Amino acid sequence: MALNKDQIAQRIARELRDGYYVNLGIGIPTLVANYIPAGMNVVLQSENGLLGMGPFPLTGEEDPDLINAGKQTITTVPGSVFFDSAMSFGMIRAGRVDLTVLGAMEVSQQGDIANWKIPGKMVKGMGGAMDLVASAQNIVVAMMHTNPKGESKLLQACALPLTGKRCVKRVVSDLAVLDIRDDRFHLLERAPGVSVDYIRERTAGELVVPDEVPEIQF
Amino acid sequence: MNKVVADARTAISDVQDGAVLMLGGFGLCGIPENCIAALVEKQVTQLTCISNNAGVDDFGIGLLLKQHQVKKMISSYVGENAEFERQLLSGELEVDLIPQGTLATRCLAAGYGMPAIYTPAGVGTEVAMGKEVRNFNGKDYLMELAFEADFAIVKAWKGDTHGNLIFRATSRNFNPLMAMAGKITIAEVEELVPAGTLDPDAIHTPGIYVNRIFQGVNYEKRIEQRTTRTL
Repeated sequence: MALNKDQIAQRIARELRDGYYVNLGIGIPTLVANYIPAGMNVVLQSENGLLGMGPFPLTGEEDPDLINAGKQTITTVPGSVFFDSAMSFGMIRAGRVDLTVLGAMEVSQQGDIANWKIPGKMVKGMGGAMDLVASAQNIVVAMMHTNPKGESKLLQACALPLTGKRCVKRVVSDLAVLDIRDDRFHLLERAPGVSVDYIRERTAGELVVPDEVPEIQF
Repeated sequence: MNKVVADARTAISDVQDGAVLMLGGFGLCGIPENCIAALVEKQVTQLTCISNNAGVDDFGIGLLLKQHQVKKMISSYVGENAEFERQLLSGELEVDLIPQGTLATRCLAAGYGMPAIYTPAGVGTEVAMGKEVRNFNGKDYLMELAFEADFAIVKAWKGDTHGNLIFRATSRNFNPLMAMAGKITIAEVEELVPAGTLDPDAIHTPGIYVNRIFQGVNYEKRIEQRTTRTL
């Protein structure tokens, strides 16, 4: 069975370590916050100017001055701090954010990522994604392995305009966990009940498969 | 040192057609609502707007777009606005999409008196086209120029008669950066107090950067994505 979005987030949460500062992108990455292990101290950075993002507010407690980068109303946790957008990207650029999780439309075997533009169709902009992928040391991409037409989104080379080059180190898809190194995808784990062949057929980029590929345990 | 003007209409009275404006805010959070309304009323056109976003169809910069007052937007993210998308695809509107950190830092550079900055954001992408690439310690960076804007229009939580500003929560975002970066900076505030009232240690923007300040009125503070949890 392919993973659902919550299970992808649950698997990515295992990349968290105590004391990490983490930036979660919009979509599946946001769900990772729901799976931070109890007792682990992780501080969420929101690039519109907050360290220490908390859960959504209770109805009636929404504050229009307090939103996340997805423009959703949020809360803060004890120890939180606000700052301006230059400092926010300053701490990102300076490598202070330990883990960045974001979505992608395409990822290549070189670690290139495309997630901001579909020429002629989507003209929304890159937001902070280009800054994040250019500077973060540790980028995990959360994505579906294929597009709605069933075509692989893990490619030899991205076809869409790039967000960044050679920056993605790890991909967690609905089918597998893969590392990117030496210009190839390396299969690490597979979704429960999903065969290596099934993953191989849906990975257009070059895929290295070790002898043993364990299933993701939940 | 008294920077106080009567209202938004007075504050923006010399904004001419073709002006380059910086407008603070992230989404609809921390936008200068009063000045936007005054610009709509004044019907200035051919504006270039430097702002992280372009508002929504019926609020924020969307109000200026609806009246075709904007010639060019310089933003990082412009989703959530159907009229914007229509004008862009029809060629009525020019748009320069740039990375959010680059947008912020080009404001910062202007306010700090630096002509340009180097950033890795956009290296190897179409953002890099036509820009100088320079390698420092084995990594490539793009040279990005400081912004030049005729007016920076920002919204603060509190301000004093000297133009010192304090922002609240995430409505700070681009506001203090743009406040430093305009040739003329206009600040609208929720609460205007006499100089000497604010704690000097708590001020985010020193009044030296601010030319005009006024007490704003009737803030709507619209929420773009109201999200809540249940107990």
